[in-house]
Amino acid sequence: MIKSDQEPDEDRRQFIKGTTCVIGGAIGLVPTLAAVRLAIDPIGRKRDEGGDFTRLANLDELEPGRPTMVPVVAEKRDKWSRSTGVVGAVWLLRENLAANNGTENNGTTEGNPHDSSGPSMKAAPHVTAFSTICPHLGCFVDYREKENDFYCPCHNSKFELTGKALNTTPPRPMDELEVDHDRLSQSGEVWVKYVRYKTNRPEKVPA
Amino acid sequence: MKQLFDWLDQRTGYRELIKEGLYENIPGGSRWRYVWGRTLMFALTVQFITGIALWLAYSPSTQTAWESVYYIQYEMTGGWFLRGLHHWTAQIMTVLLVLHLMQVVIDGAYKAPREVNFWFGVLLLLLVLGLSHTGYLLPWDQKGYWATSVATDIMASTPLIGPWLKQVVIGGHDYGHHTLTRFFALHAGVLPATVIALTAGHIYLFRRHGVKAKDPYRAKDEYFWPGQVLKDVVACLAVLAVVLFFVIREHGAHLDAPADPASAYQARPDWYFLSLFQLLKYVPQFVGAFLIPGVVMTLVMLMPIIGKWELGHRFNVGLLIAVLAGAGGLTWLSINQDNNDPKYKEDMAKAAADAALIKKLAKDGIPPEGALALLRAQNETGPKLFARHCASCHAYDGHDGLGGKLANEQSAPDLKGFASRENLRGMLDPEGFISPKFFGNTEHESGRMAGFLEDELEDMDEDTEDMLNKIIIALSAEANLPAQREADIRDKEMIAEGHKLMGSDGLDCINCHTFHRSGKPKAPDLTGYGSREWMLGIIHDPSHDRFYGKKNDRMPAFGTDGQLTRRQMELIVDWIRSE
Repeated sequence: MIKSDQEPDEDRRQFIKGTTCVIGGAIGLVPTLAAVRLAIDPIGRKRDEGGDFTRLANLDELEPGRPTMVPVVAEKRDKWSRSTGVVGAVWLLRENLAANNGTENNGTTEGNPHDSSGPSMKAAPHVTAFSTICPHLGCFVDYREKENDFYCPCHNSKFELTGKALNTTPPRPMDELEVDHDRLSQSGEVWVKYVRYKTNRPEKVPA
Repeated sequence: MKQLFDWLDQRTGYRELIKEGLYENIPGGSRWRYVWGRTLMFALTVQFITGIALWLAYSPSTQTAWESVYYIQYEMTGGWFLRGLHHWTAQIMTVLLVLHLMQVVIDGAYKAPREVNFWFGVLLLLLVLGLSHTGYLLPWDQKGYWATSVATDIMASTPLIGPWLKQVVIGGHDYGHHTLTRFFALHAGVLPATVIALTAGHIYLFRRHGVKAKDPYRAKDEYFWPGQVLKDVVACLAVLAVVLFFVIREHGAHLDAPADPASAYQARPDWYFLSLFQLLKYVPQFVGAFLIPGVVMTLVMLMPIIGKWELGHRFNVGLLIAVLAGAGGLTWLSINQDNNDPKYKEDMAKAAADAALIKKLAKDGIPPEGALALLRAQNETGPKLFARHCASCHAYDGHDGLGGKLANEQSAPDLKGFASRENLRGMLDPEGFISPKFFGNTEHESGRMAGFLEDELEDMDEDTEDMLNKIIIALSAEANLPAQREADIRDKEMIAEGHKLMGSDGLDCINCHTFHRSGKPKAPDLTGYGSREWMLGIIHDPSHDRFYGKKNDRMPAFGTDGQLTRRQMELIVDWIRSE
C-alpha cells in the first residue's frame, strides 16, 4: 500500500510546494508593487508649467557694469501648495553704455559725427540675466567685487561677467536667461523668464 | 517568587537565552579593544530613542520642517538637549564606526569564517552614513539644503539611471515638500529598518563564530559577563560623556537660517564627507564621486578574500590606513582652505547673522508660509515695495516712494495722503481731477467722472461748495485715517450730513457709485473708501466689480496675479495710510 502510494504522494508534495511558493510570492508582490509604484511616481512627471516673464527690477536700480542679484518672486507650485515666494535668484547685468559707446563710436566714426543723438546713444538699454545656479553642481554663484568675476564657492567655478567659464570646473557657461527686451525699452522694467537648467552637463537643458 | 520565575522559564526558556547571551566565552579574557561593537549598539539605541522622540515634534514639509525644528530647539522643554543628543551621537557614531572597522581589520577578525559578517558590517557602515546624510537635510536649513542639493546633483550624474534616481529621491524635479517626506521616510523608516535587520544578522553571526580573540592571549578565558560587560558599559559611559560635552557646549545642535534658494551660501557637507568634497576640487567628477569611492569600497568588501593571500592581511591594514590618512588629509585641506578664505568667513558671518535674526523674529510666531517669509519681510518696507511695484505708474508726493525720481512719466494718481480731506479736495476739482497728479494720464481723464465734475462743479455757488465740502469730509471719514481720527470725531454731524448729500438730494454720487447699500455699481464702491480693507481690496484686484470692474485702466491685479503677497500689500497700504 505505502509503496504504491509513494509516487503520487511525491507529486502531491511537489504540487503543494509549488502552490505555496506561488501564493506566497503573489501575496507579497501586491503590497510591494503598490509601494514601488508610488515611490517612482516622480519619474516621467512633467514639470509644472511656470517660466513666465517675471518683473525683477527697474532699469535705474541697476548700476551699469556691475551685476545686481535679484530674487525671483513668482507663483510656485509645490505638490499641493500654491504660493507666491522666492523661486530662485538672478544676476542682472546692465551694459555699461559709456564703455560701449566708446567702442561703437570707434567703429562708426564716418557715421554722423555731429549728431549726438545717433543710434548708439539711443540704443535700447541692454540687460543680461544669468541664473545664480552654478551649472556645475547647483551651488550659488556669487559675484566677487575685487576680481570682478562670478565665482562659485563650492568647487571654485569661475566665470567672466559675460558668463563665459574661466576654468574647466563648470561644464558650460553660466545659464543666461531670456530678458523681455520690448518691455525693457518701452517701460524700463526688467522682466526675465526664470528657468532652471539641469546641472552638470555640457548642454543647457531645462531641468 | 522563585516559583513564578520557574513557571515563566518553563513556558519561555528565558534562562537559557540569558545564559547564552551572558556566558559567551572570550578566549584570552576581556579586553578594551573589543568594546567598539557595543558602543555602536549603545549609540544606535540612543539614536532610536531620541529619534522617535524628535519624531513627536517634527513635521516634514518646506513650510514646517525648519519651523518645527526651531520649535524643538528653542521652545520645547529640553528640546535642545534631545536634539543635541541625536545630533552629537550621530557625529560620534561615525568615529566609532571607523574605530570598530580598524579593530576588526587590524585583528584580522574579517577572515574566514567571518567573511559574511564583515560584509554585514560594511553594509551597516554605509547605512549609517546614509542616515547621517538624510538626517542632515531634515531641518531644512541653509546648511542642509545646499549640501544636499550638491549631493543629489552628483547623484543625477550616475551613469544611466542618474536623472531618474534623483527624481525618485527628491520627489520631483525640484526640491520641495516631497524631498522632505522622502528623506524623512528614508531616515526614520527604510534605513532604520534595514539597520535593525542587518544588526540582528551581524550579532547572530558574531555569536555563531564567537569572539575573534587577539593573539597572543594575555589572560585566562573569561565569560562575557561581567568582565567584558563592565568594560563595555564604561566605554559607553565615555561615549555619552563626550556627547554630553558637545551637547552642553553647543546648547543642542546648530540650526542655520531656513533654506533659501535665493541667497548665496557656502555649501559644505558635514565633516565626514568633507574629504570627498575636497577631492572633487582636484579630480574630474566621475573619478572623485564614483571611481575612487567605488574602488575603495570594492577593495574593502574584498578584504576577506585578499586576506587569504600571504601579505594580504598587511595589504588590507595598509589600505585602511592609507584611506583614512588620505581622507584625513583632504579634510584638513578643506578646513584649512576655508579658514584662510576671507570671503568664506564673511559669508559664514552673514549666515550666522541671518540665523540669529530669524530666530529672534520667529519668537513672535511664524506665519503659515514659513519662517523664510519673516526674514524676507524684514527687508521689505512700504516705501521700498511702492518704489518697486507701484512707482512705474503712481507717484508718491511726486517721487517714487523712496525720494527718487520717477522712472517714467506719472500715469496714475499720486497716492500721498490718499483719501485724506486735502487729497479729496484736490481730486474733486474739475481741473485737479484731470491733472497728472490724479487721473490726467489715464483713461478716466475723459471718463464720466471728469465730465460730471466739469458740469456740476465748474463755477459752483456757495451752496454747492458747502455740499461738496461736507461730502469730502464724509467720504474721507470712510478711510478711518489715523491722522484724521480726531477731526472725524469732531465733525460727526457734518459727516452725517455729507452722507445724505451723496444721495439724490445732494450731488447724487450714488447715481454711479455704491455707498452703504444704496446706489449703482457703475463706478467704484465708496463704502469704506480709502480704508485699509478697501485699499487692500483694490490692490488685490482693481477689476473686481466692487472697484473699476471692466473700466479698470491698466492697474494689475497684484493679489490675484500673485505679484504681491498679502503681507506686502499690507506693508504698502499701512505706509500710505500712516503718512
